[in-house]
Amino acid sequence: MKYLSEYRNLEATKSYLKLIENTITKPWKIMEICGGQTHGLVKNGLLDLLPDKVQMIHGPGCPVCVTPLNLIDKAIELLENGVIVCSFGDMIRVPGSKKSLLEAKANGGDLRILYSPLEAVNIAKNNPDKEVVFFAVGFETTAPANALSVLHAQKESVKNYSILVSHVLVPPAMEAILDDEFCNINAFLGAGHVCAIMGFKDYYPLAEKYKIPIIITGFEPLDLVQGIYMAVNQLEKGIYTVENQYARVVKEEGNLAAINVIQTIFEIGNREWRGIGEIPNSGYRLKKEYQEFDAELKFGISNIKVPENSECIAGEILKGIKKPHQCSQFGKACTPQNPLGAPMVSSEGACAAYYHFSTI
Amino acid sequence: MDAKKLGFDTINLGHGSGGIMTRDLLDKIIFKTFSNPYLNQKHDGSIVKFNNEIAISTDSFVISPIFFKGGNIGELAVNGTVNDVAMCGAIPKYLSLAFIVEEGLQIDEFIKIVKSIKDAADKSGVQIITGDTKVVERGKGDKIFINTTGFGEVHPNANISTDNIKVGDKIIVNGFIAQHGMAIMSQREGLEFESTIESDTTNVNYLVNDLLNEFGDKIHLFRDPTRGGLASVLSEIATDINKGIVINENKIPLEKQVAAACEILGLDPLYVANEGVFITIVESDIADAVIELMKNDKKGINTVCIGEITNVHHNKVVMNSSIGGKRIVTPLIGEQLPRIC
Repeated sequence: MKYLSEYRNLEATKSYLKLIENTITKPWKIMEICGGQTHGLVKNGLLDLLPDKVQMIHGPGCPVCVTPLNLIDKAIELLENGVIVCSFGDMIRVPGSKKSLLEAKANGGDLRILYSPLEAVNIAKNNPDKEVVFFAVGFETTAPANALSVLHAQKESVKNYSILVSHVLVPPAMEAILDDEFCNINAFLGAGHVCAIMGFKDYYPLAEKYKIPIIITGFEPLDLVQGIYMAVNQLEKGIYTVENQYARVVKEEGNLAAINVIQTIFEIGNREWRGIGEIPNSGYRLKKEYQEFDAELKFGISNIKVPENSECIAGEILKGIKKPHQCSQFGKACTPQNPLGAPMVSSEGACAAYYHFSTI
Repeated sequence: MDAKKLGFDTINLGHGSGGIMTRDLLDKIIFKTFSNPYLNQKHDGSIVKFNNEIAISTDSFVISPIFFKGGNIGELAVNGTVNDVAMCGAIPKYLSLAFIVEEGLQIDEFIKIVKSIKDAADKSGVQIITGDTKVVERGKGDKIFINTTGFGEVHPNANISTDNIKVGDKIIVNGFIAQHGMAIMSQREGLEFESTIESDTTNVNYLVNDLLNEFGDKIHLFRDPTRGGLASVLSEIATDINKGIVINENKIPLEKQVAAACEILGLDPLYVANEGVFITIVESDIADAVIELMKNDKKGINTVCIGEITNVHHNKVVMNSSIGGKRIVTPLIGEQLPRIC
């Protein structure tokens, strides 16, 4: 299978767009959960190709965007105290309350950009006189690798390694969005990669309770139009259930080995979401028996608290209540060069996607 | 040149002192390698004669790692500046060469770099006519930095300027993009992945010269999309000319392995650095002939027209996506950052 060409095929995409047009009779609002899907829609110019009756609402599924300000400040605090901080790339430009990780690096902090947390364990082994912290950001997708890094460190008795956990979970966020009084979403495109890990059993009760179609969807143009078609089809027929568009990757039960690793070291707890606030049972924290790997406890930084930037409406953007260009700061006081909030920085953020790719 | 016979294994602060050790390094390595009538004067500088307008370009090379798949910092320092001079519509003739070396650099690494500078200079027909070597304390550099300044004679038929670009002009690129950036990326600490992607570093001055011989002032612009990639260069041009640029995603020449690597790392190839790639903007009636000439040169086998200048969406680059949509292509802002997932 040629993933890069076949799922970006012009004719196939056109035929699904035609199907959507032939099926739709009423306007529908569909939220794509994942920032990768937002990116795919905007980067490929799909939003302009969809019938006017389909309105896509961009969801909260950008891990960088929902990481609260205080966690960035915590990472910076570590960096400024001589700790080697390792991070995924798109986290480093996000502004904390005073500066970003990138600025802290310019001031002398030892910041490493990595693709894999396992690499951070190697850095810890190679720098035994230094403390090494991995900034464990992400949804369920990155949790297995982050968990595995802790298991590796434990197995190899790497004592100078810990993780700054900022893991969030998709289903509680969907529920928080649906419970919001301003919510007007008719269907969800579920986040394909998250479901590749976790499966999609948890979504059936959601679809049932809120009477809302949930289509587990991939990221390529063809995935997206097919997912949208499946959602429109359910909406027009008045049914609401969970369907799997991304069956080439996602199994209903998920990836059992990955889930096992997650459950070994993490437990579910409350988490603060940037711009949204605390959502009960919406994230992972390290289990008691792995607390020696918890950077917040190890360095006593749990009490760093900072208010969110009042000029940034990231919360409303992440809940899909407002579109990026409806923000008075968009493209003016807030640009990727001088971002007020995370959605303008991360490549998966709705604001950055709009700024970079859309509206001619 | 045998590193073992030099009497020193590493470069140290003494080699930058200006005294006997500096002389030793210059005589045994630099003058010996680059010997030519200008350099052999061993003067503070060189005096050269030009018959036409001259084009001058300077660039500093700080790449890490200094040795990478497909090349090293030395040949990059020559090709980069040679190409910048060529992009002015000039024939590169001379280069200055300045090293800033961090003490402790292995002498065999230094010799390897110097040799590739010599090879690259010979391949592009330029002579090294002046230079400088400084050594800084350990920790104050990153093994070696190189600055080169290139001097070239402007081609008599050339009239390269954004002012000449008209609506309808075609935008042509000489080959696969994003190779250099992805080759470097694949070897960076923490990002290593197995690939056979090689840097595309090479000189394109002879091809540029051939194009000017053949098409003269119907060629309106040359530009090499190095850092910031194709997207940044096109965005700059659109702003400079106050016209629109439209490009087609399915025409962008992208080698499969590079496309896959970009996909895995979450990078957009339009923003990835190139070294041996250039774009030319030409009058539409010569576009086919330009492409044919370029395809017959080994530096342009994969030449393709990727788009044109338009009278709509002024100052902006718009890309027709493969699936029939449109998007704006903005310039790169900071460094391209690998994504989380």
